[in-house]
Amino acid sequence: MIKLEDVHKSFGDHEVLKGVDAEIDKGQVVCLIGPSGSGKSTLLRCINGLETYQSGQISVDGERVDVASPRIHDIRTRVSMVFQRFNLFPHRTAIENVMEGPRYVLKQEQASARQKAEQLLVRVGLEDKLDAYPSALSGGQQQRVAIARALAMEPEAILFDEPTSALDPEMVGEVLQVMRALAEEHMTMLVVTHEILFAREVADSVLFLDGGRIVEEGPAGEVLRQPKNERTQDFLRRVTHPV
Amino acid sequence: MTDFIASAGVYLPILLKGVWLTIAVTLLSLGLATLLGLIWALFRTSGIRWLALATRIFVEFVRGVPILVVLFYIYFVMPEFGLDLTAFQAGVVGLALTYSCYIGETFRAGIEAVDKGQVEAAKSIGMKTPMMMRRVVLPQAFRIVVPPYANNMVMLLKDSSQVSVISVAELTMQGKMLASSTFDNMTVFTLVALLYLCLTIPLNFAMRRVEVAMGSAK
Repeated sequence: MIKLEDVHKSFGDHEVLKGVDAEIDKGQVVCLIGPSGSGKSTLLRCINGLETYQSGQISVDGERVDVASPRIHDIRTRVSMVFQRFNLFPHRTAIENVMEGPRYVLKQEQASARQKAEQLLVRVGLEDKLDAYPSALSGGQQQRVAIARALAMEPEAILFDEPTSALDPEMVGEVLQVMRALAEEHMTMLVVTHEILFAREVADSVLFLDGGRIVEEGPAGEVLRQPKNERTQDFLRRVTHPV
Repeated sequence: MTDFIASAGVYLPILLKGVWLTIAVTLLSLGLATLLGLIWALFRTSGIRWLALATRIFVEFVRGVPILVVLFYIYFVMPEFGLDLTAFQAGVVGLALTYSCYIGETFRAGIEAVDKGQVEAAKSIGMKTPMMMRRVVLPQAFRIVVPPYANNMVMLLKDSSQVSVISVAELTMQGKMLASSTFDNMTVFTLVALLYLCLTIPLNFAMRRVEVAMGSAK
């Protein structure tokens, strides 16, 4: 449902994406891994139209992602995003954060939006934090609210941009658990992550991005256990055995 | 001291007439300046190049001219272009125009201080720019902007005395007239100063309360 064809993207003279091809099918969980600066986050942000790209094509359900087109808002309601630094609205409570999109973008009724938001917060284990402001929540809790906010749009896919990288180690698990549950319900997910163990257990396939190109891709087990590419081997060695 | 109190009893009713006018000028020009300031700030952060540039040039021009000159210009020059305003109207417009530029810059700084991640989060749930500004960016910018805005408010109140030069009979003007007819400069201007303080000190105090209230809701 998300298709990338020969996507190129530069910041000034610096070419970040040098022709990326990929396809994410409905219900698939795809992990995007690679060294920092390889263009993973940029790629993800291009899919949601938070960045423009110079050439090639990104499409969602066959519709071209084009920041300049008014259709971009509609695409964004179908492809949600979870950010590394949560980006919750600090002036709204947890439940207001979750309701914001359904209530004001999708124009749903207050009562039903609230009821749905409540169910989502229960689902991510935050039933006792409905009326808490983000500043009163831990990083892990904030990220779970952010996931609920993304889910509230009833998206066809969710993009996760290093969702656990800004978390204290003891909070990583609670967020991954929520994501694992989503994967089991066959939510289409594209996840930029350094959590190799998560990728191995949850992902259907893995894309390894290096220097703006996908240098290796395949079923998670294969790529992560027996990588063929030298760069992938080297990267995985350093991530899994840092010392 | 008894002299002072006795003459104060005579002068105060006259000066109070000026106080009401000072309050009227201040409130009207503050309202107008805030509205215009918000528009300038939105123009400057709109991302529309020519609009941002035009606004910037306008703001720099007005900020670079003394308030007195702006007032003279509106009151004495604009009639030649067919815009004939009363002294009161010219005073309000002049103050509003000048302060809209200060307030606009304050608002712009506030808008730009909102974390870029907020904009991205708003976009990612499908918000278009106007809704994003209304529901996500401006509420956070206002919070950042309360202290400098309060400062502008007090300065505007004090600068309202400038409209006396185009014969608006606000507090300073009343004081000047009273002093020149009684020669009791000391009593009159002491009273004028005290009356301004009666306005500015509660205003400062109230704004401090607002800051605290907004800070705690964060």
